[in-house]
Amino acid sequence: MNDLGLIIGITLMYAAPLMYTALGGVISENSGVVNIGLEGMMTMGAFIGATVCYYSHSPWLAFIAAGLSAGVLALLHAIASVTFGADQIISGTAINFLGPGLALFLSRIFFNGATMTLTIKLEDKMPRPLNGIFSPGSFMDLVFNQYATVYMAFILVFVLWFILYKTRLGLRIRAVGEHPRAADTLGVDVFKIRYISVILSGIFAGFGGAAMSIAVVSNFRATLISGQGFIALAAMIFGKWKPQGSMWACLLFGMAQGLVVYLGGTKLQISSQLLAMIPYVLTIIVLMGFVGKSSGPAADGVPYEKNQG
Amino acid sequence: MKKNRFKYTAISILIGLIVGAIILGVSGFNPFEAYWIMITGVFGSSKYISWTIIRSTSVIITGISVAFAFRTGLFNIGAEGQFIIGAMAATLVGYFWHLPPIVHVIVAFSAACIAAAIWGGIAGAIKSKFGINEVITSIMLNWIALYLNNYVIFWDKFKRPNSEASYKILESAQSSILTNWKLTEAGRTWISNHPLIGGFIDPPINIGFIVAILLAFLINYILNNTTLGYQLRAVGFNKDASEYGGINVKRNIVVAMMISGAISGAAGALHVLGVSNEISVLAAMEGNGFNGMAVSLIAGNNPIGCIFAGLLFGGLTYGGHKLQPIMGAPSEVINIMIGTIVFFIAMPKFVQMIVDRKGNFKIVKRGEKVESDK
Repeated sequence: MNDLGLIIGITLMYAAPLMYTALGGVISENSGVVNIGLEGMMTMGAFIGATVCYYSHSPWLAFIAAGLSAGVLALLHAIASVTFGADQIISGTAINFLGPGLALFLSRIFFNGATMTLTIKLEDKMPRPLNGIFSPGSFMDLVFNQYATVYMAFILVFVLWFILYKTRLGLRIRAVGEHPRAADTLGVDVFKIRYISVILSGIFAGFGGAAMSIAVVSNFRATLISGQGFIALAAMIFGKWKPQGSMWACLLFGMAQGLVVYLGGTKLQISSQLLAMIPYVLTIIVLMGFVGKSSGPAADGVPYEKNQG
Repeated sequence: MKKNRFKYTAISILIGLIVGAIILGVSGFNPFEAYWIMITGVFGSSKYISWTIIRSTSVIITGISVAFAFRTGLFNIGAEGQFIIGAMAATLVGYFWHLPPIVHVIVAFSAACIAAAIWGGIAGAIKSKFGINEVITSIMLNWIALYLNNYVIFWDKFKRPNSEASYKILESAQSSILTNWKLTEAGRTWISNHPLIGGFIDPPINIGFIVAILLAFLINYILNNTTLGYQLRAVGFNKDASEYGGINVKRNIVVAMMISGAISGAAGALHVLGVSNEISVLAAMEGNGFNGMAVSLIAGNNPIGCIFAGLLFGGLTYGGHKLQPIMGAPSEVINIMIGTIVFFIAMPKFVQMIVDRKGNFKIVKRGEKVESDK
């Protein structure tokens, strides 16, 4: 029972950073802008989060700073892909070089030539709001004694779902992603909506990075994010471009991580390599067998030009 | 159009260098000194030039792989995994099989291409059969490849004791040139007596770069001069029209991904056979495939252009690595520069705006297509 609790606990912890980032992908792509730059934005957020947290001793300030720094990177992506009609894949690839490049460059400057930040003190890390409520080591404690970022990730899933499907702004975002010309005709400012969505996607990805560097671990290093932004991107596609779908996909990846960590602590040393493959194999199988053709918003990836045809 | 593309690329590279200089300057490093270190770090001796070429080979080839996929309308983000599979297959064949020299190289190389073609083909087959975006399958396959690589290395008969790597491949499978001669007394003397040529051949020179150039021309030929290439490009250009025109779109997707995979696999194989001679445990993605994306984009998805873009990429990274030890400036400034270059390549409209004063800003801002852009 406690083993199960441990696995669920680790699952939630590892799923949270992916969830923020995947939600970033959801909002950007629903507005019609492909964002493969999530990886770079997440890396930036992870670095700024760890650095601000180390120097300011405030995880909340760090969390916000992480979001803002990645938001700035996203602004670049928005300028290129919205205003200048750039190829969004190319622009996103550029962000994936810029984000880690800047993060490691700054890390070497702030931390004496090292590509990893100094360790954040335990009391400066993201707090655990339910710490001490359950008896230590019990099932409830293992499952629910999580960092605040974990709870906020689930809240954000709900908030984004509500915005996208229950508000005017959400309707506009989806309209712009499905049929920008029609939206434009109806008086929706396509450029403005896309700018908002892309910048928000960066902010979310930055949160995702910080959820990794100031909660799951307590510093930033060169390999911390390596590929998680891409996993989040895959989770978003897996989740059919929907907040709740992405959440489940992220939980699946988180669970795989949880299993690997859990079984890594047992005697099954070598086969942990094979075990680590499971979520990726499973994703492919699930997509083939159950999900069927997944299609994103109709205008996803298509630059919008106002005076065209 | 072609002339403009070249112009925009050149200007994007220039902007990248300027941004790099500004960032270095703001951080308190002398940009002129930094660029001088990089230039001498690449061209300063024949040895450095040789190393730059060796380092560039992998990204040139993965660049060709990504470019090929792009031209057929596919986004091969899986070059990374295909590279890993190719390297792994080449090492397995290079270590476990006993074959005569040259034959062994060819067999190991072919095995790598076939394995990686299958790996790439999986993503293509799933796309054509189930309509699942190749991006997501490729990302999954990258990770599966990484863990498969780590799993294989831990095989008892394959793992070199007290290391995180496999055994070295047999000598008969190594594609480096003059390796044994370089170790002899006569070889060492000759190299030190002929600094120019000797310096050039002192690093692990191998057949990789030559194969890369041949591949670039081969792929360029396939794309532009064959029926297969025509069909593949047609599908990339307009899927529905191609279907209507009698092209088997589904088969084409699989074929395109297989070819793209085989090319990335070739990059992995050449790296193992010519440079590393082993595979080691991977903690994270090494970036061979992702760097190939940048190379392909800088080259405008032109296979021949990938040779030059790859050399630029290789030169920047090889020269850039000397910034840290010599002047203490973070070598990551190179990634910022490459990112900037790719960023500006993504928006020719903006570049046009700076170059061509006649390119009225208002017009561009309204989102109209500027005439000379096309």
